[in-house]
Amino acid sequence: MGIEMKQLNCINCPLGCLLMVELTDGKVTKVTGNTCPRGESYAYQEMTDPQRMLTSTIHIEGGALPLLPVVSQKTLPKDRILDCAAALRGITVTAPVKAGDVVVTNILGLGIDILASRDMDKRQ
Amino acid sequence: MDEQWYDIIIVGGGPAGLSAAYSAWMQGAKKILVLERDREVGGILQQCIHNGFGLHHFKEELTGPGYAQRCYDLVKDKKEIEILVDTMVLNINNDKIVTAVSPKYGLIKIQGKTVILTMGCRERTRGAIRIPGYRPAGVFTAGAAQRMVNMEGYLPGKKIVILGSGDIGLIMARRMSLEGCKVQAVLEICPFSNGLTRNMVQCVYDYDIPLYLSHTITAIHGKDRVTGITAAKVDEHMKPISGTEFEIDCDTLLLSVGLIPENELSRELGLTMHPLTNGPIVDQHRETSIEGVFAAGNVVHVHDLVDFVSEEAEIAGKYAALKAMGKMEGNVTDVRVEAIDEVRTCVPQHIRIGKGETIRLFMRVRKPMKRVRLTVKSGVNMLFSKVLPIAKPSEMIAADIPAAKVNGHYTDWTVSVKEEEA
Amino acid sequence: MTKQADVVVIGGGITGTAVLHELAKYNLRAILVEQEPELAAGTTKANSAVLHAGFDAPEGSIKARMNVEGNKLYHDLKDELDLQIRWSGSFVVAMDDEQMAVLRDLLKRGQDNGVPGLEIWDGDAVRKSEPNVSKDIKGALWAPTAGICWPFGLALAFAENAVVNGAEILRECTVTDIIVEQGAVKSVETDQGSIETKYVINAAGIHADEISHLAGDNSFAIHPRKGEYILFDKTAQKNLVYSPIFPTPTKMGKGILVCATTHGNVFVGPNAQDMNDDEKDNTAVTISGMDETLEKARRLVPNIPVGAAITEFAGVRAVSSTGDFILGPSKITKGLIQAAGIQSPGLTSAPAIAKYLTDAIVREMGAVKKSDYKKGRPAQPCFRMLTNADQRALIAKDSRYGRVICRCETVTEGEIVDAIHRPVGARTVDGVKRRTRAGMGRCQGGFCGPRVIQILSRELHIPITKVRKEMKKSYMFYDKETQSGGKA
Repeated sequence: MGIEMKQLNCINCPLGCLLMVELTDGKVTKVTGNTCPRGESYAYQEMTDPQRMLTSTIHIEGGALPLLPVVSQKTLPKDRILDCAAALRGITVTAPVKAGDVVVTNILGLGIDILASRDMDKRQ
Repeated sequence: MDEQWYDIIIVGGGPAGLSAAYSAWMQGAKKILVLERDREVGGILQQCIHNGFGLHHFKEELTGPGYAQRCYDLVKDKKEIEILVDTMVLNINNDKIVTAVSPKYGLIKIQGKTVILTMGCRERTRGAIRIPGYRPAGVFTAGAAQRMVNMEGYLPGKKIVILGSGDIGLIMARRMSLEGCKVQAVLEICPFSNGLTRNMVQCVYDYDIPLYLSHTITAIHGKDRVTGITAAKVDEHMKPISGTEFEIDCDTLLLSVGLIPENELSRELGLTMHPLTNGPIVDQHRETSIEGVFAAGNVVHVHDLVDFVSEEAEIAGKYAALKAMGKMEGNVTDVRVEAIDEVRTCVPQHIRIGKGETIRLFMRVRKPMKRVRLTVKSGVNMLFSKVLPIAKPSEMIAADIPAAKVNGHYTDWTVSVKEEEA
Repeated sequence: MTKQADVVVIGGGITGTAVLHELAKYNLRAILVEQEPELAAGTTKANSAVLHAGFDAPEGSIKARMNVEGNKLYHDLKDELDLQIRWSGSFVVAMDDEQMAVLRDLLKRGQDNGVPGLEIWDGDAVRKSEPNVSKDIKGALWAPTAGICWPFGLALAFAENAVVNGAEILRECTVTDIIVEQGAVKSVETDQGSIETKYVINAAGIHADEISHLAGDNSFAIHPRKGEYILFDKTAQKNLVYSPIFPTPTKMGKGILVCATTHGNVFVGPNAQDMNDDEKDNTAVTISGMDETLEKARRLVPNIPVGAAITEFAGVRAVSSTGDFILGPSKITKGLIQAAGIQSPGLTSAPAIAKYLTDAIVREMGAVKKSDYKKGRPAQPCFRMLTNADQRALIAKDSRYGRVICRCETVTEGEIVDAIHRPVGARTVDGVKRRTRAGMGRCQGGFCGPRVIQILSRELHIPITKVRKEMKKSYMFYDKETQSGGKA
């Protein structure tokens, strides 16, 4: 395979640094263009096992609003994101809920929980 | 509720309003009132369920509702801060009497020693950009659709075309994909994308959504409900090129074609407005042309990072509190801040030079550039100079001018960004 | 459904509703059928909203007679029905001597038609009254009896008073056939059932020839002619013009005018584009149409606030093959009464047309006036226009008047609920919009839209997914799907 150069945009923060990634025989050998160390780890991760955060909504019974916004505790494999989003669509929780409460444990067996993004009180 | 006095009345309970309230409280203001038209505080963040907020301000990556929760947590138990929701401000007059209406209290008139305007912004509409074709159901601004999807639980449609590659459009491209819809295309009239690069990656490239730069929509089809759109390439004047038209099948069109600061109250009050930001002209304390009336956040100029909104609002909150308590210091002189070269807008637009303040400037450039030099001068005196690797119109730039540099220079400032020769 | 009626009115536009209003004064059973969920869904909602003085129509024409009489009737009806009309007068301007000669012809024609108060003014006098018109204007015909109005509101007012007095309106009711036996109308067949009747008023707008065809009368054709409009932000150029400013007319019509609405917005339009007969529902706005409209409007008023457009729309005129209104009993089918080819000055003529057609029917039927006829209709609260004291009182009575739903136009939830439950209530988002102005402002429903949809869902007891924007199938939102593909 030899040496290959790939361009990536880091998504860790709004800077979106343009990374130049050198791959030798398919393995990352050099990363430049990052402003911080997180950029370098992003490049390695993205080339081997791309990960993404998942944010979505689920239904909440008796809450001040009909939907509760939720967020994955950590990143999930990029190629499982659509499946995880689909899995959330049938879920319902009951108010009250606090920010950080676990609403789904170990989603699709991937070892990551889904958490409430905010408090939601009972509907008055 | 009528004719009560408050130190500070804050119009709008989004991140700007809540951050201003907290900052005013920290400064020692004793009677702070926040008026919010929606049923909850949090503003637009309530519907921005994605993450990417708070890295600067809270040193943590949060979702929109999470950021709003943090801002609210700081103010919710403070007896000096009163929050009224489901309350719409109808008018503010020169005497800083605020007229508002709510189902609970009816029509109320309240007097503020100072007022902070934090009404945010609204979305540019189809009518404003004159898209030809029919007017069927299925054409939404991206933000209105986002509210229905994320807060009420309904989809605007199943087969989506998005006009505009600003962040709202990109975020909705991902959101609709996650909800099982097919996003057929994102069309952008400029030759470059207008959103954050990270959103291009995780909202468009991740989902293999076709992105057409230098394209626009030349017709919307369907009488009762959208059945499709006609897209076309545009020339350097952003006019459609005849013969390049093609059809895209869809039942929904989401428009992400710009944000406009929500300044009806400001205009009725007679504040001096800036024609390019579409917001009131402010000094470094975010005080407007009317003494005691401050403004911060998207209502002054459209931000892309809510962290900067909070910072700006904290400035407004602090100085509104000082003013209300009679502790505002005088200034030596007033200098204008002029945006030149490739800087399109810069806030604040003027500075009251007093003693020892670092001045933070927020600016946007006209076009995307690589390797630029940002300079701030007072007349010929260089106050600040820095090389930036990238500058984009969609990404606000912040620059801090230290107090030591500010004091003693009383000539009008110019803020410039220019491409640096290699 | 099988119903019986003395008269069936086909079409819920300005003509149909004006006729229904007149019929409802008599002891007879009248039913109006309208194919869309809302009234005024065709040309009535997309026109220049001008109540013409009556100098434009040819002398001796039915148009001329109905225009002048209709204008007079609106002066009387304004207070009785609480109509949104401003008697603004109108100008037809001339740029050169040739056009000035046309104006003098119009003056004479108007006087012959019985139009009061017409005058020719020179350019300076025009500019004194309208400072923003072009300095190239040489002179103008001034018509003091002309006015501007809110056409949807007029149609709604006619309809509401009719319903208050016992008339019936069936919406989303499409006529599928008219049964004629021995040359006389027997019934009107619809997708909701049958209505037995002896009289049918054909007020079907651009589809009037098709309705007439169903009843066996093919004596005329209706050709569609599209006109496009651009509407501007209220604050962009306050008081740009006070009266409608028309150019000198041509064969194609009155031309592109610059005008204000009764709500305070400025608009320009309409252009005139003849279309194929199978394009009767083509209300698509076009780039060339908008460009032409702006270009011609600027010749009259140079500083149109081009950058402050808030919406564009198009209406289709029902141009009759005879060149005039087609009014009165069909010569072929007994009981079929035509009200067809109602293009300009149709809006102005409506009450006169209504009287003319109704007089003929009631004479033939021997119908008498109702002794308990009720004038007017329920008052429509307008929060924005009230004094603070009145606003407080209104909120104290019903707290929903304290919740502002449309920020741009200051429309409260109470007004929206009222609009839904009125004698002819709103059933769609645009129905709410046209009754209350919620969604007509600069954000075009961006803020209030989701809230209006929720109120409609709640008040009409229908799911959010069944709320429509305007037309029959204009559903706006869909249920989310669960993983299995069912409803979430």
